[in-house]
Amino acid sequence: MIVTIGIIAVLLSETIEFFRTVSIREFFGSATWAPMFEPRQFGIWPLVGGTFLITAGAGLIGIPGGLGVGLFLNEFAAPGVRAFIKPLLEILAGIPTVVYGYFALTVVTPTLQRMLPDTEVFNAASAAIVVGIMVLPMVASLCDDALRAVPRSVKEAGYALGATKCEVSLQVTVPAALSGIIASFILAISRAFGETMAVTLAAGSTPRLTLNPLQSIQTLTSYIVQVSTGDTPQGSIEYKSIFAVGMLLLVVTLLFNMLAYSLVKRFRSVYE
Amino acid sequence: MSNTHGMTPTNSAIFGGSLRIPGEKAAAKTVVRATWKPRQRWRAFSSKLFFFTSLMATVLAVAALIYLLQSVAEQGLDRVSWSFITSFPSRFPAKAGVKAALWGSAYLTALTAAIAVPIGVGAAVYLEEFAADSKLRRFIDINIANLAGVPSIVYGMLGLMLFVRICNFGRSLLAGAATMSLLILPIIIVASREALKTIPMGIRHAAFGLGATRWQTVRAHVLPSALPGILTGVILSLSRAVGETAPLLMIGALSYMAFVPETPMDAFTVLPIQIFNWTARPQDEFHVTAAAGIIVLLALLLTVNALAIFMRMRYQRKAQW
Repeated sequence: MIVTIGIIAVLLSETIEFFRTVSIREFFGSATWAPMFEPRQFGIWPLVGGTFLITAGAGLIGIPGGLGVGLFLNEFAAPGVRAFIKPLLEILAGIPTVVYGYFALTVVTPTLQRMLPDTEVFNAASAAIVVGIMVLPMVASLCDDALRAVPRSVKEAGYALGATKCEVSLQVTVPAALSGIIASFILAISRAFGETMAVTLAAGSTPRLTLNPLQSIQTLTSYIVQVSTGDTPQGSIEYKSIFAVGMLLLVVTLLFNMLAYSLVKRFRSVYE
Repeated sequence: MSNTHGMTPTNSAIFGGSLRIPGEKAAAKTVVRATWKPRQRWRAFSSKLFFFTSLMATVLAVAALIYLLQSVAEQGLDRVSWSFITSFPSRFPAKAGVKAALWGSAYLTALTAAIAVPIGVGAAVYLEEFAADSKLRRFIDINIANLAGVPSIVYGMLGLMLFVRICNFGRSLLAGAATMSLLILPIIIVASREALKTIPMGIRHAAFGLGATRWQTVRAHVLPSALPGILTGVILSLSRAVGETAPLLMIGALSYMAFVPETPMDAFTVLPIQIFNWTARPQDEFHVTAAAGIIVLLALLLTVNALAIFMRMRYQRKAQW
C-alpha cells in the first residue's frame, strides 16, 4: 500500500520535473525520439511502437500456444502426462529473463538470419519470439485453472447430447471459462509490455517507428535500461525522461491488470 | 460360439460372432463411416484436428524448453569448473569466473529474506486473521494484486529514488536488498494468505473455546500449521529474486567486481547481471562464459525449487484434515 503510493509519488515528481522542460504536446505529438544528441526530441511514439511490436509478436505466440497447452492439459492429458508437463511448464516459467535474452541473441537470431538474410543482429522478431515463449507457461497455467473450474456436470451434459470432445471443449467449456481465459491473455500482454531484459538484449536500442520485425527497435523498458546503465548525470533531462517513460509503463500495465481483474469479477459464472 | 445355453445375450449373439474375426471391426467402422453425412465427417475430423492442435502446442512448448536447455548446455558445460566458480570476472573470457556474483547473489538473497519475510508474513497474518472486512481492506487487497503485476523495472526506479538517493544507501547491497524486498513482498503476502486460508476454521474455534486470545490462537495453532505452506511461498519468491535482473541494473549493481562484498553497504553484483554483461558483449568467447554462468544460475534455482517442492510434499503428507 505504502509501496504503491511511493511508486506513484516518486514517478510523478520526476515526471512533472520532466514535463517542465519538455511539453506534453511534444511527448505525445512528435514521432522522433532522440534524447541523447542535439537537437533533442522527445516524441514517445517510436518507443511505444517498438513496445507494441514486441507485445503483439509475443501475444501471437504466447496466447494461442498457452491456450493450446491449457486445453491439452484439461481435455486430453492423462494424469501421468499432466504430472509430467506441469512441472516442466513451471521450470519454463521460472527461468530468469536474462536467460531468455541469451537464448534470443545466440540461438533465435542466428536461426532467423539463416532463414531471412536481411535480419539485423538486433531485431524485434527474436525478442518477440522469446517473450512469447516466456508468457506461454503463464497463459497455460491460468487457462488450465480456469478450465478446471468448470464443473464436470456441465461438460457431461454436453457429451450426453452426443457432442464430440472438440465441440464440448470449444462450445461449452471455453465459453464457461472465458473470463479467466481472457484475463490470462491480458496479464500475458501486460507482462510482455513490461518485459525488460530479453528485449534489451535482443531487440537493440534504435528508437524507430517501424512495423518490420526484422529491424532493430527500442522499447520503453530498454530505453530505461540504456539510460540507467550509461553514465547519465542525475538531474539531467535524459535522467528525468526515464521517469516519464516509467510512468507511462506503470499506467499502461496497471490499466491492463485492472481490466483483467474486473473481467474475472464481472463475467465469472457462478455454479452451485 | 453361439449363445445357446444362457439367458443373457452376449455380443457374439447379437452380432453373430462377427466381432471375433480379426479386421472385421475396422471394416465395420469403415462401412459406418461411408454412410456419414458431410457434417458428421467434419465433426469427427474437427475433433481429431483439435486434439492434434493442442497436442502440438504442448509438444512445441516442451521442445522449446528442451532446446533452450540443450543449447545452453552445449555452449557452456565445458566452461563450468571449480575454477569458474572460484575466480573473479576478467577481461579474458577464458579466465573469467563468477565468484563475486555468486557471493553477491547469496548475500542479496539472505538480506532480502531478512527484510521481506517478517514484513510479508506479518502483513498476511494481519490481513487474514485480524483485519475486519472493511472497505479499506478490500482496497488493500486490490492494491496488492495490482502491485504483483507492476513491471520489475518500475520497482528498480522506485528503489533508485527511494533507497539510493533519499535514504542515501548508495549503490549498495542494502539498497538492492530493499528494492528486491519491495518486489517480492506482494508475492509473499499472497502466498502466505493462501496458506493461512487452508487452515480450517475449526482449529481457531477450538482454541477460542479454550479461552485463548486471538494472538495466542494465531501463534500457537494457526501459524505452525500454515508454516510449510508459507515457507514454500517464501522460497519460491526468493527464487524469483535470485533470477531478477532489471531492478538491480537500475540500482546500479556493478558489472565488474574483483572482490566479495563484506558489509551491507558494499557495492555488489549478482549472477543475472554478470550473465547480462557477458551476453551483451560482441565476442563469442564471452557468450560461452555467459552460458556457463547460466548453468550455474539454473542449477541454483533448480535446487531452490526442488527444496520448495520437497516441502510441499512433506506438508501434504502431514496434513490430516
